[in-house]
Amino acid sequence: MSQTRKQPKPPTYLKKAYNFDKNIRSMVTPEGFDLRLRLAKVGTRFWAFIVDFIIIVAVILTLIFFLFWLLPASVGAAKEIIISIAILVLFFLRNFYFMFFEMQPKAATLGKRLMKIRVADRRGGHLTAGAIFARNAMREIEFFLPLGMVFSSGNDVGGWMALLAFVWSMIFLLFPLFNKDRLRVGDLIAGTWVIQAPRNRLSKDLSAAKTNHEPFTFSNEQIDAYGVKELHVLENILRTDDPKIINKVTKRIIKKIKWDEPSNYIDVHKIQRKFLSAYYAALRGKLEMELLFGVRRKDKFDKAKSKK
Amino acid sequence: MATASLKSHKFRTEREAGWKRLELLLLRIENRSLKSLSDEDMIALPGLYRATLSALSVARATSLDQDVVAYLESLTARAYFVIYGNQSSIFERINIFFKTGWPLAVQSLKRETLASLIITVLGVLIAYGLVHNNPDWYFSFVPEGLAGDRNPVATAEQLKETLYHQGEHNGLMTFATFLFSHNSRIAIFAFALGFAFAIPSVALILYNGCILGAFIALFASKGLGFEVGGWLIIHGTTEIYAIILAGASGIKIGWTVAFPGKHNRMDAAAKAGKETATVLGGVVVMLFIAGLLEGVGRQLITTDWVRYSIGLSSLALWLTYFYMPRAAHDLNSEDWEQEAHKEVRS
Repeated sequence: MSQTRKQPKPPTYLKKAYNFDKNIRSMVTPEGFDLRLRLAKVGTRFWAFIVDFIIIVAVILTLIFFLFWLLPASVGAAKEIIISIAILVLFFLRNFYFMFFEMQPKAATLGKRLMKIRVADRRGGHLTAGAIFARNAMREIEFFLPLGMVFSSGNDVGGWMALLAFVWSMIFLLFPLFNKDRLRVGDLIAGTWVIQAPRNRLSKDLSAAKTNHEPFTFSNEQIDAYGVKELHVLENILRTDDPKIINKVTKRIIKKIKWDEPSNYIDVHKIQRKFLSAYYAALRGKLEMELLFGVRRKDKFDKAKSKK
Repeated sequence: MATASLKSHKFRTEREAGWKRLELLLLRIENRSLKSLSDEDMIALPGLYRATLSALSVARATSLDQDVVAYLESLTARAYFVIYGNQSSIFERINIFFKTGWPLAVQSLKRETLASLIITVLGVLIAYGLVHNNPDWYFSFVPEGLAGDRNPVATAEQLKETLYHQGEHNGLMTFATFLFSHNSRIAIFAFALGFAFAIPSVALILYNGCILGAFIALFASKGLGFEVGGWLIIHGTTEIYAIILAGASGIKIGWTVAFPGKHNRMDAAAKAGKETATVLGGVVVMLFIAGLLEGVGRQLITTDWVRYSIGLSSLALWLTYFYMPRAAHDLNSEDWEQEAHKEVRS
């Protein structure tokens, strides 16, 4: 079809309908399969960092507490060893906490694991130790340098230095917001990015919940009332299973599809749910059948394609 | 018409067992290691992975069950990272690093190391010349904290005292670790600031050279040239070498960002960053050793010729370790796998 060479930008309601996600990046495996990875959101990464930072600070504070507890009792050589170890631990904690965890097969710090994200190579290759080292060494100038400047500014350096530190850290901290792949300066240098790594569970198939001993059958016109977008919304509603919403949606659908059989008995949550499940199965069956013939009905407004 | 069972549902029920098994294997690998799998599971893994890949591509095209598609997407991505990702443990990585990774990375930076060395020497010469002619310059180069008693007003005896006697021998360990963490930060800065076209890195190593030059000039002016040489060289060959290497990695990154060559700028920067980060990892190790030599060794050893011989022999060791020719098959295994991976994909 020559007239459809240039595809228009999808309107916003379609973007949502299709799970059209601007965070999706294609990553082709050696088998030639596109994994369609999702980039981690900046907010998620921020919270992951906060968690990691809290862990580091907590360990440092515990260490300091123990030092104060141990030091007065010890003398000479023991005291010295304790202080030396403390300095080393501080250094390694700050510099190698991130590296240590990201070098594990899970490629994620504790904070990242909690937020279900991980580091990956931008080209899909191995995440090398060098890359992890590079992306975390950059943290030193992205975060710890301005932090140090802010703390030292109180004593001997003036307000200008604090301002400079502020501007400096803002440039680096806000850097991920100004490029489409959400890269930190460290990611840029290391050739990495941070992606979502959820562990989704396989739930029950809603279409198979009940077999056809239900009293609900729908005509073709009734099924044709909705498209893929509505199907997905309905799926989410059924999975969340909130009686209030189920009630509202059931009434809406009954009105929309002009359910002509007596509908007053569809008022209990259990029956409403049954009704919606039956409609979901019918709608999905219809839409999937169309899909096999190459027709994807985006939503209820997409009439043109539903007519054969 | 609601059918008893949808095609997409049948599709799912037929394959579900395979997916679940893959999920179970992945969980075992992620939580323990690849070695925890039995031979049978190990053989099954790639087959399960490929079956799941093809199931996902069918599901994307024909199934409207969001739950199944989302599940398969997360499962395949996990499987991909397990199968093609790096499964070496941190200890294996450390082993590879010392055996080949580090020296090869240093070798690849020969030009930049030379440039970094020249800049350092330049800094030494400039500062030496200036301080030699006018001792007031000394304070422009050496910060107050570092100078301590070593200033142009001090007499030769006082200066000599600072070279051989550091007060009590207590606190050596603390001193050594402090030096280490301080120097490592400088090295990381020299690396990390490299992306700004290497200008901050060059400034940093030039300044480092200047401090050195000013020190030498001060002591030489009081006729203590040979003695200060021993004082510096015992740890200096390791420490200054490390700083030079850190500067070299900064220069490499800066140069690549400015002149990316045939790659695009982003890719070139990433490649340079990964290569030089290995050098930087080694620099931290070197600085740790230098910290020990400086904090402990120099304070305990006060004979000039012993200081010189330790310094020079450690330099010889570093040079042999880094530049000793290595057979091709010794190449960093990570790089090899990376190359193989690229070939398969292209």
